[in-house]
Amino acid sequence: MRYIGIDIGSTASKTVVLEDGKEDICFTLPTGWSGKETAMAICKKLDADKGGDRIVATGYGRVCVDYADKIVTEITCHGRGGSQLFGTDCTIIDVGGQDTKVITVSGGTVTDFLMNDKCSAGTGKFLEIMAGRLGATMEELFALAEGSDPVPISSMCTVFAESEVISHIGSGEKRGDIAAGVVDSVASRVAGLCTRHGIRGKAALTGGLCNSPYFIQRLSEKLGVPVETHSMGRYAGALGAALIARQGGKSFR
Amino acid sequence: MLKLPENFQSYGDARRAGFMRLKEAKENGARVVGVYCSFVPHELILAAGASAVPLCATSEEPIAAAEADLPRNLCPLIKASYGFAKTDTCPYFYFSDFIVGETTCDGKKKMFELLNDIKETYVLQLPSSRNAAALELWKKELIAFKEKLESFYHITITDDDIRQAIRRKNRERKVMKTFFELGTLNPAPISGYELSTRTDSSGFELNIDKRCEAIEERIAQVQADWEANYKGKPSNKPRILVTGCPFGGVRDKIVKTVEELGADVVAFDSCSGVREKIELVDETMPVMDALAKKYLNINCSVMSPNNTRIEYIGEMIEEYAIDGVLEIILQACHTFNVESHLVKKYVTGRGMPYLMLETDYSTADAGQINTRLSAFLETIG
Repeated sequence: MRYIGIDIGSTASKTVVLEDGKEDICFTLPTGWSGKETAMAICKKLDADKGGDRIVATGYGRVCVDYADKIVTEITCHGRGGSQLFGTDCTIIDVGGQDTKVITVSGGTVTDFLMNDKCSAGTGKFLEIMAGRLGATMEELFALAEGSDPVPISSMCTVFAESEVISHIGSGEKRGDIAAGVVDSVASRVAGLCTRHGIRGKAALTGGLCNSPYFIQRLSEKLGVPVETHSMGRYAGALGAALIARQGGKSFR
Repeated sequence: MLKLPENFQSYGDARRAGFMRLKEAKENGARVVGVYCSFVPHELILAAGASAVPLCATSEEPIAAAEADLPRNLCPLIKASYGFAKTDTCPYFYFSDFIVGETTCDGKKKMFELLNDIKETYVLQLPSSRNAAALELWKKELIAFKEKLESFYHITITDDDIRQAIRRKNRERKVMKTFFELGTLNPAPISGYELSTRTDSSGFELNIDKRCEAIEERIAQVQADWEANYKGKPSNKPRILVTGCPFGGVRDKIVKTVEELGADVVAFDSCSGVREKIELVDETMPVMDALAKKYLNINCSVMSPNNTRIEYIGEMIEEYAIDGVLEIILQACHTFNVESHLVKKYVTGRGMPYLMLETDYSTADAGQINTRLSAFLETIG
């Protein structure tokens, strides 16, 4: 039997497939404008089979996966996947496309969590918009930022921060320094959320920013503790969902 | 979907149904005093032969109009209260002879200054602590309020009138408390959505005795249904205590949603919950002393310190066999927001899941709230 976790995020949709005796499979698709279409594309790619697969869906688009056997929130899934990657007692920091969450995991289960306010400051969305303004991809944004001297970006609101970036561009600030300022602003907001919630055990980053050593370094500095990550970090939610599928239980239809 | 009785009236229905009764009563010369907050002693209004009516404060609709005069980053309850008055869309406000406010939080007491330009607003100066000096001051405020009622209506209110009103109001408190205590049963015999809607709506019935009878009738029905069909079959649904700000304006977004997600909201530590019902007015003390004592003891976060609220939450957790505490904070309510730190510390210190949601009356965050509530229930397991 295959145990499948599907995490329909606001930007990217991640899938993890666990099958006994076989190597784990994971892949990412852009979510695009329709979570439903993405879910169908994943279904096709998996050649999903109702009888032979057990599927758990998560992420903000979790209800779009109408072929899932169970729906679980991304908070529980990131906690479950994170505890698999980082140990049973840790604090998971997930910077998502539209939400940032700090999740306390003890004994392998989520005991408490805090999410950002309803605005997009301190989320992946903020970086995406600012990268667009600087004419860079996300990878380029981090590359530009590295070794640069961050210009202060003080607006909390994405819309206002965008104006701030435009005025920095206008006044001839270096592109790299602005990029560093943008990353710094997100790292500060995320660190603020972590401080408010409290870090117990080791701190670990999951979600789309795991692949950026520069972001992890900035976040570690701001928190004053090392932030760990893992090559599977961005799949933590989907992995958690797949693990919940494997664990089974009476709530599966 | 929630199981609601056939004749269930939503808060909006009950509010509308009350308009005509009120209009008729006014045409027959009834005295009507508009109130917002549970700190206003209804006994004195009753003793003046008047009815205390709850004013509209729980809808997003009039907020835009209110923001023409008030700052945007103010509590939605205050903005809605003022907005309803300004746009003349609250019949209860319209039919009130005058309004009684109180100096609970900063936002409200300053808003009342503006409200006074729309309709006479009498403000009770509520102290923010519970020592002997505060009690003395509060008693004087209540005596002044009694005199206000006397001069406004050209009447004399005797101690006997007040004593009688105290008895009637105490009876109502006991009835409401019994209604809330249905939540101690397992399985929960009534949804928290219905429980809170009914208690919030009951004020739209002007006659206090009829109000009690309607609730008593529902208590009897619910008890009979529980005895016959549910007794001895405990449910494993998570049992939630709701605490924090007045939540009438977010009842659907939060209370209904969490119940639809599979929890039972069984207990309410809030203004329209048991907070005001816990302590009766002492019927043996001199009347004004008894009223001052009772009302100063209400566990609202405007009091400093307010340890008794935390203590009571602890008792409720036991009494209602609670599995998780959900705190509702209205945007920009500083006192409850700051105090939530202490509530969280206490609740999580007992090893119990706690979730705080800060929100306003808009539906902009409905999706995010749904995710937070689902995750919260998943942590309860």
